[in-house]
Amino acid sequence: MIRRLGFYAVAAWVALTINFLIPHLLPGTPVEAMLAQHPQLTASAVKALDIQFGIGHQGSLLHQYGVYLTHLIHGNLGVSTAAYPASVVSVLGNTLPWTLALVGSATIISFLLGTLLGILAGWRRGGRFDQLLPAFTFLQATPYFFLALIVIQLFANDWHLFPGYGGATLGVASGFNGPFIGSVISHGVLPAATIVVTSMAGWMLQMRNVMITTIGEDYVLAAEAKGLSTRRVMFTYAARNAILPNIAGFALAIGFVVAGALVMEIVFSYPGVGYLLYTSVGQDDFPVMQGTFLAISATVLLACLLADVIYVIADPRTRRRAAF
Amino acid sequence: MAVAVAVPPATPTIVPRRGQFLRSMPTKAKIGGAMLAVFLLIAIIGPAIAPYDPSATNPNAFSAVGPTAAHLLGTTSTGQDILSQLLVGLRSSIVLGVLTATIATVLSVASGVTAGFLGGVADEGLSLLMNVFVVLPALPLLIVLLGYLPNSGDLPTAIVLSALGWSWGARVIRAQTLTLRSRDFIGAARETGERTWRIVVFEILPNEVSLIAANFVGTFLYAILTSVALAFIGVANFSTWNLGVMLYWAQLANAFSIGDWWWYVPPGLAAALLGTSLVLLNFGLDELGNPRLRGASGRKNRRRRAWRPTDPTPVERAELVR
Repeated sequence: MIRRLGFYAVAAWVALTINFLIPHLLPGTPVEAMLAQHPQLTASAVKALDIQFGIGHQGSLLHQYGVYLTHLIHGNLGVSTAAYPASVVSVLGNTLPWTLALVGSATIISFLLGTLLGILAGWRRGGRFDQLLPAFTFLQATPYFFLALIVIQLFANDWHLFPGYGGATLGVASGFNGPFIGSVISHGVLPAATIVVTSMAGWMLQMRNVMITTIGEDYVLAAEAKGLSTRRVMFTYAARNAILPNIAGFALAIGFVVAGALVMEIVFSYPGVGYLLYTSVGQDDFPVMQGTFLAISATVLLACLLADVIYVIADPRTRRRAAF
Repeated sequence: MAVAVAVPPATPTIVPRRGQFLRSMPTKAKIGGAMLAVFLLIAIIGPAIAPYDPSATNPNAFSAVGPTAAHLLGTTSTGQDILSQLLVGLRSSIVLGVLTATIATVLSVASGVTAGFLGGVADEGLSLLMNVFVVLPALPLLIVLLGYLPNSGDLPTAIVLSALGWSWGARVIRAQTLTLRSRDFIGAARETGERTWRIVVFEILPNEVSLIAANFVGTFLYAILTSVALAFIGVANFSTWNLGVMLYWAQLANAFSIGDWWWYVPPGLAAALLGTSLVLLNFGLDELGNPRLRGASGRKNRRRRAWRPTDPTPVERAELVR
C-alpha cells in the first residue's frame, strides 16, 4: 500500500511537471492570448501581466519551476484571462462539485450495472444478456457526444421529458432547498444516463470474459455439486472472484470514462469542469485550461487510489503484496 | 481504447495453414474485418470519387438541403456537398488513426518487451512510466496541448495522441513477455547461445502477434474517437475535412435542433460503424488469443445446445479446456 501511495505521488508529480512544462516548451503565452483579445494594452500593462502570470522570462527554468510549485502549495493557480481578475481556483471551485456529482454518480452506476450485466451474460453464455453485447458494443464505439446530441434532440427537444441544457433551472436559488435539488436532479438525468449507457459496455465485457474463465474453475463445479442454489454459486463463488480484475480495471479505465464524461458535459452545457475546459479553449484562457487539467488529474488519481483501497479490501491476498 | 484486452494465458500460438486460418477466425472478427475493409477502400479511393470539392460553397444556398439526385446526401447550409465531405473526411480520419496506432504500437511493443524481457531496474522504471501514463487523464491533457498548438497538422496530433495512448498496450505486452520469458523454449534458445535481439524478434514477438494486433486495433479506435471528439470541441485543424470537423460545423449551424439529419447522421454513423468494426475485430483477436472465450457457436451447432458451465460431464470439460 505504501508502494502504491508512492506511485500516486510520482504520478501527481508527473502531472504537475507536464502542466508546468507545456507553456514553457510550446509557443504562445497567456499574455499573448490576452493581447489578442485586448489589442489596446500598453507595453507596461503587458509587462505587469507577464509578472502576474509568472510566464515572463524572469529567472531560469528551474527557478520558475520552484516559483510554480510554491504557488501551487499555496493554492495559487494563477488568474483567469477570460474572467479576469477571478482566480483560477475560484473558477474551478464553482465547477468541480458539479462534475464530481454528475460524473461520480454516473461512473459508479455504470460500473455496478455493467458488472451485474456481465455476471449474467457470462453465466449464461449465448443467453439473453450475452446477445445484448453487440448492441452495447455499438453504443460504446459511437462517439459519446454524437449519442448525447441525439438524446438531447429526442428526450429534451422533441418529447420534453427532461431538460437537456445546463445544470439547474436559471433563477432558482442554489442551496439545500427542494426546488433547487429537484432541478439539479432533473437536469442530471439525461447526461448521467448517456454516460452510463456508453461506458457500461466496457465493464460488462470484461466482467463477462472473466466470468467465463472463472466458471471453468473446479471450485465452482464443487459448489454446484454440493447442491448450492444457482444464485449462491453465481454470486458468492464465481462473481466474487471474477470481480477482482474488474475492480483493478476500474483504476485503469477511469481516465477514459472521465474523458467521455467531460465531452458529455460540453454537449449538455453542464456547468462542470469539462464545460469549463471547453469554454477556456474557446477563449484561449490558458491558466484555466491548465488548472482544469490539474484538477481533473488530481480527481482521477484520487479515484484510482480509492479503487486500489477497495481492491485491497476485496482481495485478501493483496493485503500482503502490492496491488496490480 | 475503451476495450479492455484480457491478458491471455501464455500459449505459444500454433499458426494454422492459410485457408484454415481465415476459416478459424471468429465470426465477429470476420464481420469487423469486412466492415473495416470497406472503410479502408473508401479511404483510398474516396477523394478520387468524391463528386464535388468538399469545401466548395454555393453562394445561392440559404439553408441546408436534404438528399437530392445532384447531392446524394444533401448539402450543408452553405451548399457544400455532404457526400464529398464524408468521402474526403473519412480518409483523413483513418490516416490519423493508422498513424497514431502505428506510432503507439511501436512505442508499446518496444517498452513492453524491453521491460518484460530485461526485468530489474529497466522493468521498474518503464513500469512506473507506463502506470503513470495510464492514470493520467489523456483528453484534458490533449486539449491543453493541442490548444497550445493551434491548427497543427495530422502528424503533431498523431504524435500527441500516441504519446498519451501507448501505455495501455505496453502494460499488456509487458505482462505477456514476463510469462513468455520463463518458458522452456526461451530458456532453450538462451542455452544455445542465441543473442538477445534474436530471441526477442524470433521467439518472443511471434508469440505476441495477436496481442500486438489487438493493441493496434484498440489504439486505432481510441485515435478515431478521440480525434473526432477533439474536432467536435473545436480543437483541430479546420482547413482539412474529417468526421469530427463535419460534426463541428453541423453542431455550429444547429443542424441537430433544426432537424437537418442528413448533415449530422452520415459523419456520426460513419464514426460509429468504423468504431464498431474495430471493436468487433478486437473481440475476434481477443478470442484468438484466449481460446476459452471462443466457443459457444461452433459447439452449439454440433450439439444443438449451448455448453452449460456447470455441467459435470468430464468429456465436455476436457473438450473445452483442450
